[in-house]
Amino acid sequence: MLAADFPTMRELVIWPSWFLKNTNFAFNKVSFLSFLAMLIPVLLFVAAGAKYKKSLVPSGVQNWAEGAVDLVEKQIIMPTIGSDGLGYLPLLLTMFLFIFVGNLFEIIPTAQFPANARMANPVVLALMSWLVFLFVGVKHHGPKYFWDAVNPPGVPVALKLLVVPIEIISVFIVRPFSLAIRLFANMLAGHILLVTFVVLSVQVFTLKPLIAILPFTFAGLVLFTGFELMVAVLQAYVFTLLTAVYIGGAIQTH
Amino acid sequence: MSTLAHLAHAASNTGLSAADQKSANGATGAGLAYGLAAIGPGIGIGIIFGNAIQAMARQPEAASQVQTTMFLGVAFTEALALIGFVVFILLK
Repeated sequence: MLAADFPTMRELVIWPSWFLKNTNFAFNKVSFLSFLAMLIPVLLFVAAGAKYKKSLVPSGVQNWAEGAVDLVEKQIIMPTIGSDGLGYLPLLLTMFLFIFVGNLFEIIPTAQFPANARMANPVVLALMSWLVFLFVGVKHHGPKYFWDAVNPPGVPVALKLLVVPIEIISVFIVRPFSLAIRLFANMLAGHILLVTFVVLSVQVFTLKPLIAILPFTFAGLVLFTGFELMVAVLQAYVFTLLTAVYIGGAIQTH
Repeated sequence: MSTLAHLAHAASNTGLSAADQKSANGATGAGLAYGLAAIGPGIGIGIIFGNAIQAMARQPEAASQVQTTMFLGVAFTEALALIGFVVFILLK
């Protein structure tokens, strides 16, 4: 009698299509949020660029844009790749802002679904990351890169038999897979957590005997929303950081 | 078994149907999968943070470098727990 019904996983993550139904290009709320995650950083930089022509000292929108560029340049590229990597600043900045704004939609009231909670975005971003670091490796070392990447120096020949297959799996297979899974699972887990607290609060509210615990469940919801904000920033930062580390590793293999 | 035992067995309604039993096993497996998958990374992330805090206390000038490496380490170990979570989602 007091049992609450938690929505099935399908109801949590599958949204109805708005147009182009039943085709591969069906457009639904998640696609719209991804589109916004692309559009908002573009608008941010267009607005900041318009201001940039007028003042060298940043303020307002220009400050946000320069802050984002500084974060990626000084906290992500310089510690991991060094100054050789500044050419990759546009790629990493775009990845960071796209993932960050997409993740932010989890806590914004009318959207409340992270655009990265469906596997589409993480898979494409991880594939991009993978292809970029493979291409960078081949560009800097030629086809020998594929052997240099899995052949750590100073390993005795007998151990190489064990280490090389492990390194092959680790460098060429696990890296993109783990990038995608990490982003996807973090966002989906956060979404399920918030939905749990919301459903619990609603059920407690409608089943009057338990209404005494409503303040606690609602406080839990508020606290976990704050936690999800931190996770949103962190996952965007970690994805970009790992891509930069892989690119750095491709430029200077051992 | 004797006829009486056969009759008793056929008459008893305990036990679930095959589909129910399968989904019950799936739910148990899913819960176990995530629960066991979260033990290692929990300890691992604790170790990483502990050592990072020690390093930052010993040499505050290196704090930002330590912090970057700490986030890197946390991402790797957390990925393992999340792969267990994906197993949970797949089985649910």
